[in-house]
Order: sequence, then C-alpha cells, then structure tokens
Amino acid sequence: MKKVIITVIGKDTVGIIAKVCTYLAGNQINILDISQTIVAGYFNMMMVVDLAGSLKPIQDISRELSQIGDEIGVQIKCQREEIFEEMHRI
Amino acid sequence: MINIFEVLETNEMIERENLDVRTITLGISLLDCIDSDIQALNRKIYEKICRVAEKLVATGKDIEREFGIPIVNKRISVTPIALVGGAAAKTEEDFVSVAETLDQAAKTVGVNFIGGFSALVSKSMTEADRLLIHSIPKALSVTDRICSSVVLGSTRTGINMDAVRLMGDIIKEAAELTADRDSLGCAKLVVLCNAPDDNPFMAGAFHGVTEGDSVINVGVSGPGVVKTAISRVRGQGFDVLCETIKKTAFKVTRVGQLVAHEASKRLNVPFGIVDLSLAPTPAIGDSVADILKEIGVEEPGAPGTTAALALLNDQVKKGGVMASSYVGGLSGAFIPVSEDQGMIEAVNAGALTIEKLEAMTCVCSVGLDMIAIPGDTPSTSIAGIIADEMALGMVNQKTTAVRIIPAIGKKVGDTVEFGGLLGLAPIMPVNPFSCKDLIEREGRIPAPIHSFKN
Repeated sequence: MKKVIITVIGKDTVGIIAKVCTYLAGNQINILDISQTIVAGYFNMMMVVDLAGSLKPIQDISRELSQIGDEIGVQIKCQREEIFEEMHRI
Repeated sequence: MINIFEVLETNEMIERENLDVRTITLGISLLDCIDSDIQALNRKIYEKICRVAEKLVATGKDIEREFGIPIVNKRISVTPIALVGGAAAKTEEDFVSVAETLDQAAKTVGVNFIGGFSALVSKSMTEADRLLIHSIPKALSVTDRICSSVVLGSTRTGINMDAVRLMGDIIKEAAELTADRDSLGCAKLVVLCNAPDDNPFMAGAFHGVTEGDSVINVGVSGPGVVKTAISRVRGQGFDVLCETIKKTAFKVTRVGQLVAHEASKRLNVPFGIVDLSLAPTPAIGDSVADILKEIGVEEPGAPGTTAALALLNDQVKKGGVMASSYVGGLSGAFIPVSEDQGMIEAVNAGALTIEKLEAMTCVCSVGLDMIAIPGDTPSTSIAGIIADEMALGMVNQKTTAVRIIPAIGKKVGDTVEFGGLLGLAPIMPVNPFSCKDLIEREGRIPAPIHSFKN
C-alpha cells in the first residue's frame, strides 16, 4: 500500500469532490477514507488514497490534481502520508 | 490513522509559518583525490564531486514534491582543502585553482554553495594551511559558490593566536577584494572554535576527516513555527512555555529525519546526522528575534535576552533529540544579524550591540554571525573580536564562530546588502579602544585546565 494524503482547501462549490473522485477513478487510485471540515469559512477536505495501483507516479498525480484545483478555484495538495505520521505519531 | 486536523496543522506550518528543511548537505571525502600534480588533483576533485553529487539536486526536488515540504538548499561539503591540496599546491594561485574547480563542480551539479575551502589550524599551521589561508581572499573574490572556514581553536588545543592574528588581516583583505559587492567575500568566510565535523550549515560546513566517503546531513529549521506555537500560550508559566517549544521542536525535527532518511536511501549515501537548528531567514515570520520577543523581551538585546535565548536553545535540543536517531552539527538557535529581520530591527532600534550578541553566543549554537562593522576597523580589533569568541568556545566546550564583515567604505549608520538568504546588515559600532599589543603577541593560548580529562 502506498498511502497518500490529498487535501483540498478553498471556497465550497458544487462538484469539488466529484471532480477529484473522477480523476482518481480514472487513474486507478483507490480512496480509503474521506473527511471534511469547515475552518474559518473555508472548505477543508482530506482524502486518504492508495497509490499502489495507480497508473501514474505521485509527481504526475500531484501536478495534475493541482491543475484541477486551479480550474475550480481551490488548492489541492498531494503528499505522501509519512510526513504526517512522522510528525504526529511517536 | 492521521486525522484532518493533524494534516491541516502540518500544512499550516509549511504554508504560513515557513517550516522547511533548510539544507540537505552531501558530505564528500576528497582524500582519495590527493595527487602531487595540481592539474591531476583538480581533475580528480571535479570528477568525484560530479559523480557523487550527480543526483543530489534532482533527488531533493523529488522529495520536496512527494512530501510537500520545501527543501531550501541542496549543498555539498568537502574535506578541508588544506589537507587535500597540501601535496600539490605550492603557491596561493594553486589553491585558488582548486577553489575554481570546486566552484565549477558546484555549478555543474546545481548546488548553491560548496563548503570546505578550509584549514584546521587550532594548534598550529602547516605550510599548506598557511598557503590556503593566504589564498582565501582571492578564492572568494573569483568564485561564486565557495564557502571557506578556518578552525582556530578548540577546548583540547587552546587557541592558535598566530592564526587569529592572520585571520584579522585575511578578513580585511577579503572585504577589500569584494568591496564592489559590499564586501560579500566575508559573508562566505567563517572562523570557528570546536568546529563539528558534520555541520550541514554554511559557511562553516566541511566534511571532517572522521567521516566516511560520503554522508547525508540535514539541517532543519522553523523559527516561525516555534513563534506561532508559543504565541498561543502567551502569559503562561515557564513550564508551559518550555513544553510548547519542546513539542514544536520535536515535530520540526521529525520532518528533517524523514527527509534525511529518504535522501540517504535514494542517493545510496549513508545518513549522518540531523542538525536541530532554528535558522532564520530575512523573510518576515522566519525570525529567531521574533521568538525572543514572544518569550517576553521588547527587543533582542534588552535585559533578559540571554536568559530567553538559553531557554529557547535548550528546549529546542530537548525536543529535537527524541525526534532523531542521530543528532549533530551545530544544533541550536542561530542568531545572525543580516539573515534575521527582527535582529536587523533590534540593531536599528539601538537595542542590540556586538557586546550583547557576544554574551548571547555563550548560550546558543554558534557565534557572532553576519555582523557588519565599519570598513576602517583595524585588523587587530577584528582579531580581538575573534579571540574573544574563540575563548568563549574554548572555555565553555562549545562551538563558537565569527562571520564578520568589515564593509569597505561604509560607516555606522550605513547598510550593506547581500540579497537572498544572506540578507542585509546595518553597520554596527566596534569598541574603539585598541587590543593591538595583545594580538601582536606570538604563539597560542594554552588549553584550559578542564580539558585535561584523561
């Protein structure tokens, strides 16, 4: 399993999750978990996905998701899970 | 599993509080390049650096993208060149040619600095050491990416005062040769006492002779993260303050440890150490001075500053040590003037003097760093400032350093501007009384009594 965290931050609009999920499905990326919250009026979503079966390497996924974010006016980041595990778990 | 708030906290640190990995420094031993022919030496050095560091920059960028953490600098440190070049270099020009080779290699592999144009003379100097030291001003003026360091003392050896005196002259000369660039040469030249072999930070990085063929050392940073964290516990007791700094330092260091391991694995180079440092940059919100203010002094330099810095330095180490399997380098808070917007403001406000900075260096990781002084300061006074700082390091068994810039043609009230990470520095006044007779004494200051531990 190659766990990657995708975060989406921005103004809430119709179809954010749909766009991201369609892209992920198209690249054979399995979604393990989704959670969302509103912080200071901004929509915050986090997805835990598994890149093990992905058709593309993480660098490409990261770049393309960022482009999708630009199109719909939100910031999308894609980071390997380890950075969060290392920082928040002993 | 990681929750959304933890993810948001990490990304907030990166995006708003300037959390970054300050440097991945690849240490490369050049001992196997030694040759009696200067051209052969230069060729071997160039080939080895280009071969070992070929993928350093690209690997650093890959790690940045995959983890979403900026890695500001990718750098190289090499074996002190006075050792490597001793057999081949017969003139100062020969050493300058090695500097040019290192500069060329740095440009080829794409690193922004290469450290190790250095001599270790804490007890005495060889002829090669002397030649290299004399070549430093020219080497720094004809290259772009070379950093130079000279180790002048240690707790074990005492202080080589002949070398201290010489460095007073060399620093002045380096300033004059780069006078057209605000004496930039001196920003890339540092003298040290008790220098660590595995320091990843410039200008004092070199690949010590106790190291292996190559090693990955990582320097972390995050003054903005610490500042933000302690601003949330404003007004609370020291126990809460210390606990907050420790927890934050732990988190910051974990990122450094992760990056170090990834870089080591991908480059197939052993992992050396993580340097737990709070290294400021001139960017707003990336300042150690701001942390001191948040702890409770109006400006750095006010009474209480040394105590606040001592506390900060110790908590950073306590939090960081648990986060990494190997800690080394300088590890602590850096207090450069030109590279820290808050320090610059404190100098301009009249709060911070060289004498107070000297006191602060007793309790933090390095020394008098990136301090600009009038260009007409006598070289003996520069040597005196160096001797004071070396004495602090020697007696307190810690690393101390001096990176001072006598800005040619400038006086108190003027400013020098280096740009980028090196920042800008107001010219600070130097005590006008002379130490010429002290500096002109020959020989060395003996090691202190507490160095005899056998």
